[in-house]
Amino acid sequence: MIWWIALLVAALLSFGIKLTGHLIPETWLAHPAVRRTADLLTVCLLAALVAKQTLTSGTGVAVDARVPAVAVAALLLWRKAPFIVVVAVAAGVAAGLRALGWG
Amino acid sequence: MQREQSSRGRADRVSRSSDIAGDPPADNTPDNATGNTPGNTPGDTPGNTPGNTPGDTPGDETEARSAALKQGMSIGLATGAYGISFGALAVAGGLSIWQTVALSALMFTGASQFAFASIFAVGGSPLAAVTTSTMLGLRHISYGALLAPTLRPMHPFTRAVAAQLTIDESTAVALAQPTRESRKVGFWSGGVSVYILWNAFTLAGALAGSRIGDPNAWGLDAAAAAAFLGLLWSHLKTPHARWTAALAGVLTLALTPLLPAGLPLLIAAAIAVAIGEWSRK
Repeated sequence: MIWWIALLVAALLSFGIKLTGHLIPETWLAHPAVRRTADLLTVCLLAALVAKQTLTSGTGVAVDARVPAVAVAALLLWRKAPFIVVVAVAAGVAAGLRALGWG
Repeated sequence: MQREQSSRGRADRVSRSSDIAGDPPADNTPDNATGNTPGNTPGDTPGNTPGNTPGDTPGDETEARSAALKQGMSIGLATGAYGISFGALAVAGGLSIWQTVALSALMFTGASQFAFASIFAVGGSPLAAVTTSTMLGLRHISYGALLAPTLRPMHPFTRAVAAQLTIDESTAVALAQPTRESRKVGFWSGGVSVYILWNAFTLAGALAGSRIGDPNAWGLDAAAAAAFLGLLWSHLKTPHARWTAALAGVLTLALTPLLPAGLPLLIAAAIAVAIGEWSRK
């Protein structure tokens, strides 16, 4: 029972955090400098997500099959491959390497 | 600068969408003609051709929306499938099927859900589970603000739904699109498709339990990394954007062993933005 309560409280907090961002007053966001910073924040959050998803495992840095998979993805993006192809090939590279027993 | 990035972003997307559809683009603008030459990589300095602004013809707008829809749905598939690992791991850790399903439906943010379930599994306290999952979710505050120019104004009910669907994937797909309308399409298609598939696969994983095996054997973790890279790509037009992005990535890795889960990403991004802004002065 206590875990059900914890679950619902955590879910409510999670929703509250997401909603807070949507309730930030428009006037705070209208200034050009804020817009410019928001653009930069987008870039930095995405880059941080890429680094986290490619190179971390739990609370440590880990190099495994994801690294060559993402390298191939970068090559495909540079060659203007469609998004879905990039994602599918990355999964295939990682799955293939793991099937061979690495990473 | 926003305008330049946007127009270039659209050029990429238009050529990509025609690749997906397998037929030539409807109009043959210079963007499309040069879309596949290596010289037109995002590494170039931003182009600023007049008349190359986003959405100046209905055809371009349709192309941009259709590209946003495809990106939203493909990231939905890649991320949603990962729900199977959450379902299996949560049940293996001792949560009931209902609790597992409730976490995906109500909390709906992968990292926080995994943290909650794993703290339960190792016999941690409910307070620790709530605190950790909440800290992991803090980054979402900035997402609602970043999405404001795209989604507002919203009816309170729509806003509540949008808030629930505000996750890494829906935000990233939205912000990678060139026009306001295509950003909207990107947000809703990414958010809805991830929500449906994430919950369906969570249930499948919870029912199948340990029979699933390791989802990483299918490379789904690498697929998610590649998807984020694909969404980042269209933002890397200027040297300033590239080195700030690199800094954010390096800082994330450096902070990962030092800080509790959830904080490295947020703090790395904040520091990189601060240094990036300071360097412009």
